[in-house]
Amino acid sequence: MNELFTIELFWSSVRLSTPLLLAALGGLFSERSGVVNIALEGLMLAGAFTAAAVTWAAGNPWIGLAAAALAGMLVALIHAVACIRYKADQVVTGTAINILMLGIPGFLSGALFLSSGSTPQIAREHLIPWTPIVLAFLAVPITQYVLFHTPFGLRLRAVGENPEAADAAGINVATMRYAGVLLSGILSGVGGAYLSIGQASLFTRNMTSGRGFIALAALIFGKWRPVQTMAACLFFGLTEALTIQMQGVVKLPSGDDIPVQFIQIVPYVLTIVVLAGFIGHSRAPRALGVPYRKEN
Amino acid sequence: MKLRDVLFPAVAVLAAFLVGALFVAAIGDSPIETYRLLIGSAFSWPDGVGYTLFLATPLIFTGLAVAVAFRAGLLNIGAEGQLYMSAFAAAWCGITFARLPAVLLVPACMACAIGAGAMWAAIPGLLKARFGSHEVINTIMMNFIAVALCGYFTQYHYRTPGDPIMETAAVGANASLPRVGDFIPGVPSRIPLNFAFVLAMVACGLVYVLLWRTKWGYELRATGANPFAAQYGGISTGRQIVIAMAISGGLAGGVGINEVLGYRHRYYDGFSDNYGFTGIAVALLGRNHPVGVFFAAILFAVLSRGGIAVDAFTVHVTRDIVQILQATIILFVAAEAVFRGPFRKLGLLK
Amino acid sequence: MIELREISKRFGAVTANDRVSIRVDSGTIHALVGENGAGKSTAMRIAYGFYTADSGEILVDGRPRRIASPADAIALGIGMVHQHFMLVETMTVAENIVLGAEPGSAFAFDSAAASARIRALSDEFRLAVDPDAFVEELSVGQQQRVELLKALYRDARLLILDEPTAVLTPQEVDELFASLRGMRAQGKTIVIITHKLGEVLALSDDVTVMRDGKVVGRMKTRDTSAAALARRMVGREVLLRVEKTPAAPGDVALEVRGLSVSGRHNALAVNDVSFVVRAGEIVGIAGVEGNGQTELIEALAGLVPADRISGVVALRGTNITSLDARTRRELGVAHVPEDRQKRGLLLDFGLDENAILGVHYRPPITAHVGHVLLDGREIERRAADIIARFDVRPPDPHVPARSLSGGNQQKLVIGREFELHPTLLLVSQPTRGVDIGAIEFIHRKLVALRDAGCAVLLISAELEEVMSLADRLLVIHGGRIAGEVNPTKTTAEEIGLLMTRGAA
Repeated sequence: MNELFTIELFWSSVRLSTPLLLAALGGLFSERSGVVNIALEGLMLAGAFTAAAVTWAAGNPWIGLAAAALAGMLVALIHAVACIRYKADQVVTGTAINILMLGIPGFLSGALFLSSGSTPQIAREHLIPWTPIVLAFLAVPITQYVLFHTPFGLRLRAVGENPEAADAAGINVATMRYAGVLLSGILSGVGGAYLSIGQASLFTRNMTSGRGFIALAALIFGKWRPVQTMAACLFFGLTEALTIQMQGVVKLPSGDDIPVQFIQIVPYVLTIVVLAGFIGHSRAPRALGVPYRKEN
Repeated sequence: MKLRDVLFPAVAVLAAFLVGALFVAAIGDSPIETYRLLIGSAFSWPDGVGYTLFLATPLIFTGLAVAVAFRAGLLNIGAEGQLYMSAFAAAWCGITFARLPAVLLVPACMACAIGAGAMWAAIPGLLKARFGSHEVINTIMMNFIAVALCGYFTQYHYRTPGDPIMETAAVGANASLPRVGDFIPGVPSRIPLNFAFVLAMVACGLVYVLLWRTKWGYELRATGANPFAAQYGGISTGRQIVIAMAISGGLAGGVGINEVLGYRHRYYDGFSDNYGFTGIAVALLGRNHPVGVFFAAILFAVLSRGGIAVDAFTVHVTRDIVQILQATIILFVAAEAVFRGPFRKLGLLK
Repeated sequence: MIELREISKRFGAVTANDRVSIRVDSGTIHALVGENGAGKSTAMRIAYGFYTADSGEILVDGRPRRIASPADAIALGIGMVHQHFMLVETMTVAENIVLGAEPGSAFAFDSAAASARIRALSDEFRLAVDPDAFVEELSVGQQQRVELLKALYRDARLLILDEPTAVLTPQEVDELFASLRGMRAQGKTIVIITHKLGEVLALSDDVTVMRDGKVVGRMKTRDTSAAALARRMVGREVLLRVEKTPAAPGDVALEVRGLSVSGRHNALAVNDVSFVVRAGEIVGIAGVEGNGQTELIEALAGLVPADRISGVVALRGTNITSLDARTRRELGVAHVPEDRQKRGLLLDFGLDENAILGVHYRPPITAHVGHVLLDGREIERRAADIIARFDVRPPDPHVPARSLSGGNQQKLVIGREFELHPTLLLVSQPTRGVDIGAIEFIHRKLVALRDAGCAVLLISAELEEVMSLADRLLVIHGGRIAGEVNPTKTTAEEIGLLMTRGAA
């Protein structure tokens, strides 16, 4: 067993949890303002594709990173307008964004690169394997501070808990919610960018493979609080690292490999358990998911 | 059925096609040509029609599943997981009881498929009824768990030794539904359109009868329409939630029947082309009514079939245009308020 | 200081304010009184910018002003304490108070400065609170103080309080009044919306009376009396006296013994209530809304979970306290709920599907094998029958219930419940939001049902209605039965005072 829990496993977990953490923090801003965001998956894809394409075209990963953040923000804007301005169902719109982002990267890469969904390979010197990790873990204390020690954070939380109260206090509920959703786009876009120009060196079709949903699970597991969400992301990153590491290394008494699937499902099962209230009291922002309508 | 029930979806589809046209034009291809390929390829005989209706079959089932849940006020995002469980259950039955004669084996496999889907959906239903935990997250989590579990059982117990592909062994020869080629002369047997399509149509009819002609359907719809009034009327809303989810999952189970008994005759990891999520779009476009679901499923199947032709025969456009169209349709239907203003001005609304 | 001129506001078909003009002088405490639905809250919410008026204008300090949102009102020095507190429960007192006007910069919220200023205001106006406590831990009285401080923190010169004493204990009311008098002494102007006449007389300088969306009187408090105010509040233009013969009550149909129902915050909404209703009589319960009527009737109908009830409810001798709503209906209990849109109707369903709610699962509505299928013809017949006998318009069973007017919706609900030929009818606020013609119709139907031998429990906040319909009349206040009066001999004033008697 000793060869399992090595420093290698630790760094592996950190690397794997980075995109989750960025997307989860993004989701935190959105959901704290009261807007459900199951489109983290699609937002990450937007960021991943844009980062890879722009980095390759410009030869500069920093421009790619910025473009990814911008792309995430623009896609999130669609979600925001549909939900906030037109009061569409937030889950349905989120699903639409996810489907949209299954199509657009492929569509554009077919048009721009004549490929079947991937972007061209990026040269090694143009990758940024460490910066996003630093950004992600820095974002945790920053989020904590912004949310709990600035007026913006106070208003954001108020809008998610009791929008009528915020409205009565003279706050523009719609503006705050737009801010929350757009921030989720920016952060998720950066999270996706790490996948394509940090971990890998190109964008492949559907490369997020569900990470956006795991990020959402981590957010719920972390009870919508920054530090606990980080812990959840690290834990989920650990389970992913274990599934990779354990294959061929650790054996059952019978001599067979431990089925990797049982470790894979741990985050999902735990999220269900937490959501049902079995581990502590899970309290979402009270106005989460409800479009705000002034009585007029 | 009011005018707006047909009008708004139609407008949403048209608007989506307009947006799609912009995308196509932006990358230098002709929208007209693209759409001609997209829609035209679905109508050739026998391949176009055959494949289109075959592709529509799972969408009808998942569309019905989402629609029934929606009628009870629930968002079933878990059709994907439910259909995976159903497919594996059907394969398991077909392998384990391969010796049985077809007249027993086929219904047994169908029952397993429906039962597995129902059970998988009932779990989040119970969690909501008992603990109030929201079905959206739970069903999404169940999707992942389902794929992992089916993968485990396939990999370690039901795969043919030496087979590198993640798929189970073949089911018994008796676990098979007839294909369209068995009924219509001149149609080659390679076309996978099978009896499950008939079952899908039957399911549409049954869902209609259930929802609007039985007391069970009344209670389900009442719970979704106004749980307070439903409770006042003596309906147990908690029980309705679980039942609705179970029915929903059972309907998603039809996909397993189509896949295993009608097409691949085994469980194949990754066989679903996002049927569960597309089902949400189908239900939404079909306004949660069996007739609407049927036609919306056909529309999406036409697009899906057309995507292949578009991929092959245009210079720049790939089949991804289909997903762009699907997503845009959903957005326009969900945000239908965006049309209310102009429609009111045109005097088409009060 | 502030004046509303000819303010009108409609919500769909309902006119909440009809050319309302209210003038509040600076440095006074002004009471705005009226029954529920009179339009008082609407008028003040317009002044605070929550709603915008359809017509009319608002003048502040003599100049016409546009108040399109609460931010505008706050900028003009107007603050409001709402009937249902607008507080974020998971945040601290300080955070709630400064929300929207946070001290410090955009990058750093200066909580020390916030606490300091709050403590200063606390002392100045004698509103003791702990700035660092979480709102969800506070008592109702303390929460209200937070609401007041919210307005004062923004330097409000005009404070509007909407039914402030509805949820306070007598001691808390005294403390509140002391604070309000102190504010007046400091030059603040106060508007208090209330229906408690005792408080009006004790506290205010001027009073404006509203009824049915209109202003019906404005006077100096010292020039009027509780009786005069009650008369203006509850009188109706049209006198509705129902023609009825004296009741001939038979056996006891409903017996309630020591019934208590717990409501929010574990407080008792219904407190040790006992009474009987006999077959062939109408027992009325008069009272201002919020005194336990809702919980009482829902408990009798079987809509309250058993763990919140103690006591006994018996129907014709059978103990039904632990039976669910469906079983009670089968035993002959019918229920016309106070909120027909929330409780009584499936608005998007047709009239036919609404007509079977509650009996949809048994014959004759269900037919054929196993009684699963709905008998469409039977449903249509039943719906048409109810529509015809209860004059529901439009008489089309397929029209969605949402499209009916309030009166027709109510007639449908009543018809459906009458169709059960019940032993006991529970009916709450039967004519709320209903036009005059339908009111008379409904009243006649209720009397006819009584004459046919049904026991009727009628809960209403409309004094005229309950006085003219009831054979026996109870008054409810604070979850208890405050008293029983003889409907033929009592007066509106006597009941009004029982209904609205404030604390102390």
